[in-house]
Amino acid sequence: MSCCAPGVEAGGSIGGAPSRQEVLLGSRDLGEGLRQTDLSVPGMHCGACIRAIEKGLGKLPGVEQARVNLSTRRVAVKWRGEAAPPLIETLDGLGYSAHLFDMDADRDDPELSRLIRALAVAGFASMNIMLLSVSVWSGADAETRQAFHWISAALAFPTLLYSGRIFFRSAWSVLKNGRTNMDVPISIGISLAFGLSLYDTLHNGEHAYFDASVTLIFFLLVGRTLDYVMRERARAAVRGLVRLAPRGATVLKQDGSRDYLPVDQIEPGMRLLLMAGDRVPVDATVADGASEIDRAIATGESEPQQVGPGSLVQAGTLNLTGPLTVTVTARAESSFLAEMVRLMEAAEGGRARYRRLADRAAQFYSPVVHATAFLTFLGWMAATGDWHRAIGVAIAVLIITCPCALGLAVPIVQVVAARRLFENGIMVKDGSGIERLAQADTVAFDKTGTLTLGTPRLATYEGISDALAVAAAMAAHSNHPLSRALAVAVGGGRAVVVSDIVEHAGFGLEARHGGEVYRLGRANWALNENTEARASGTVLARNGRLLASFQFEDALRSDASETVSILRGMGMRLAILSGDEETAVAATAGRIGIDDHRAGLLPAEKVAGLQALAREGRKVLMVGDGLNDAPALASAHVSMAPASAADIGRNAADFVFLREPLGAVPLAMKVAREAGRLVRQNFGLAIIYNAIALPIAIAGYVTPLVAALAMSLSSVLVVANALRLKAGKTPRAERRAASARQARHGHSAALAR
Amino acid sequence: MSGSLLILVPLALLLGGVALGAFFWSLRSGQYEDLDGAAERILLEDEEDEQGDKPHPDDVANKID
Repeated sequence: MSCCAPGVEAGGSIGGAPSRQEVLLGSRDLGEGLRQTDLSVPGMHCGACIRAIEKGLGKLPGVEQARVNLSTRRVAVKWRGEAAPPLIETLDGLGYSAHLFDMDADRDDPELSRLIRALAVAGFASMNIMLLSVSVWSGADAETRQAFHWISAALAFPTLLYSGRIFFRSAWSVLKNGRTNMDVPISIGISLAFGLSLYDTLHNGEHAYFDASVTLIFFLLVGRTLDYVMRERARAAVRGLVRLAPRGATVLKQDGSRDYLPVDQIEPGMRLLLMAGDRVPVDATVADGASEIDRAIATGESEPQQVGPGSLVQAGTLNLTGPLTVTVTARAESSFLAEMVRLMEAAEGGRARYRRLADRAAQFYSPVVHATAFLTFLGWMAATGDWHRAIGVAIAVLIITCPCALGLAVPIVQVVAARRLFENGIMVKDGSGIERLAQADTVAFDKTGTLTLGTPRLATYEGISDALAVAAAMAAHSNHPLSRALAVAVGGGRAVVVSDIVEHAGFGLEARHGGEVYRLGRANWALNENTEARASGTVLARNGRLLASFQFEDALRSDASETVSILRGMGMRLAILSGDEETAVAATAGRIGIDDHRAGLLPAEKVAGLQALAREGRKVLMVGDGLNDAPALASAHVSMAPASAADIGRNAADFVFLREPLGAVPLAMKVAREAGRLVRQNFGLAIIYNAIALPIAIAGYVTPLVAALAMSLSSVLVVANALRLKAGKTPRAERRAASARQARHGHSAALAR
Repeated sequence: MSGSLLILVPLALLLGGVALGAFFWSLRSGQYEDLDGAAERILLEDEEDEQGDKPHPDDVANKID
C-alpha cells in the first residue's frame, strides 16, 4: 500500500528484478555473518512509508534490522544467513518498487564533513569576534580594547588555519599551475587582514580587522557548502537510479553446475545462461536457444532483433523472450561498453577547456585589485612617508574590495538555480553545467528513448473487439515489449481466461481459450499459409485464421512536439542524431517537425556530427540516453539524459531529468539563462559596490566598522538578487499544493488504519 | 579591563566552545544523515512490543558506519 505517488517516473523498469544472487553480490560484509544491503526506494516519501517498510522488512526471517533513510530514499537492511532474504519481492508486495543501490558509488563523503566542520568553526569564531568588535566600536577604553584584540587574535588564528585552508589549498593548487581563480584574492585578502591586525595589536593599534577576516571566511564557506550540498544531492539522486548494467551472470560450468559470478570474473569461452529479462553482461555469441534482443539502449534501434545460434549479442542489450545460452567472446573491459568508455575519454577534451565564469572574473579582478592596492600604498608613501599608515590603507583597500560579493555572486545563484531544477526533477551534476547550458544555441536529440520513450505503443488495431481482450490476456504473460504495449493499451478491462500459454521465442504466444488455439505474434507464424498474404506485422489468429492485426509505433514522449516548438521559439537550432533506421527516424522527425535528422549513426559518427557543429561555432546541447550516446554526451558542449538512460550515459551527462516529459529541456534552459543573467547582475552589483567603496578606502577613511558594514551589505544584496530567480517557480507552487493534498490524503489513510 | 569581564568573556567563549563541541559530536554520530526522516519519525508511534522476539533496535545498531 504505497501511500504516496512515486516521485520518480523513470521510463519503466527495464529488465527483471535483480535475482537473490545479485542481492547477495551487491551486499556488504559487516563481519560475524552480518551483511548489509542498501536498496533505493524512490517511491517512499512520508512517515507511513517509513513504518510500512521497516515493519515489512523487519519481519522477514534473517533480517536483523531495516532502517529507512527518507532524505536519500534508501533502506539499509542488515541480515544474516547464506541466501539473501526476499527484500525486493517484499517491497514489491508492499507497493514500493526497489532496486539495489550501488555500494561502490557511495563511500563516506569526507569533503562535505570537512566543509561543514570548517563552517562551524568559522561561525563560532566570527560570532565571538564580532561580539568583541562591537564592544570595541562602541567605545571600549584602551586597555579593554587591547585585551579584546588579543582574544580576537587568539580566536582568529586557529580559524584561519582550520577553516581558511579550504581556500588556501584551492588557491595554491591553481597557482602551482600558473593560473588563478577566485580563491587567490580571497586567500590574500584574509591573510593580509589577519597579518596587519596582528601587527597592530602588537603595537597597541586602534584598529583590528580580525572580524572582517573571519566573517569573510564564514560567508564564503556558507556559499560553498550550500553549493556542494546541492550538487551532492543531485548526484545522490542520480546514483539512486536503477542500474542497467548487470552485476553478474549465471555461468554454466563444464560439469553442468551453475554459478553466479560477478561481471569482472567472466572470461571469454565461458558459457552463460541468460533468462528472458536479463541484460547481456559482456559481448557473446548465442550457442543455443532463440529469442529476441532489445538493442534500444545499446544502439538506438527501436525494433527488437531476432537471434538464434551463431548471432552476436552485445553487452548492454536486453534478452526479451526466451532463455539463451551464450558463449562469451570478450571480457567486460573489452566489451562494447568499454569501447564506449574509450570513445568518451577521447571525446572529453572540449568540455575540460571550459573555464568557469567565476574563474574568468577572478582572472580579470585579481590583477586590478592588487594593482590598485599597490598603487594606493605607493601614493600614501609618497604623500605621508608613513609606511605603516600606507600599508594599513592598502590592506583596507584589499579588504573593502574583498571578493565577498564576488565570491558569492556565482555560487549563490547556482545554488538557487540547482534547487529550482531539483524541484522540477532535473538533477545538475555541476555548476559549470548551468553556465554552459545558458550558452547553448543548438539542441541535438537522440531518437530512441529520448524523443520517444523507447517502448512501443499500440497505434492502430483492426478486428473485432473481443479479439482485443483475448490478445491482451495472452500478452499479459509475456515480457516482450509489444506484448506489454498490448496489455497496457487494453488495461484491466474485461478479464478473459486463457490457458496453456506457451511463448515461442522469436515468433509469439500460443494459448487456448474456449477449446480453440489462439496465436499472437508474427503473421507468417500465426496464420495458415493460405492467408499469409492478407496481413503482416503482429496479428492474433484463431486456429490459423486472422482475427485482428495490430500496428505499433514507438511512443513519443507526451510533449515532444510542444517541446520542439518551445525550443524553436527560444531560437534554438534543432537536430536529430540517431542510431536507428532511416524510416523510423524520418517518421519521428516528421511528426515533431525537425528537418535536420541523421539516421544509422555509429557512436563515433555522433561525436563527429557534434564536432562538425562545434566547428561552425555552435554550442550544442546533446540530449540522449543510450550507451551509444555516451561518447556524444561527453563531447557535446553540454548534455542532458533522461533517468532511463544507460548508466554511463547518465554519468556522462551534465543534467539528468527524472520525470517523463521532455519539457525538462526548455525548462532547464530557461533556468540556466535566467541564472546567467542574475550572475551578470551580481557582477554588476559587485562592481557598483566597489566603485563606491574603493575611493573611500583609497582616501583612508575605512575603519573596521565601515568594512564590516560594507561587506555584509554587499553580500546580502548579492544573495537577495539570486533569490529573484523566477524560472520554474510557478509549476512548483502548484505542484507543492498538489503534493500537499496528496500527502494529507495519504496520511489520513495511513492514520485511519 | 574590569573584573566582571575577566569572568564573563571566558565564560562566553567556553559556552560557545561547548556548543561547537556538541555540534561536532552530533555531526560525527550521524544525526544529520536523515533530516527528512527524523521529521517524520517523531509522528510515528513506538510499536516495538508487536515484535517482542526481535531485539530492540537500539541494541542492534544505530551506529552509522
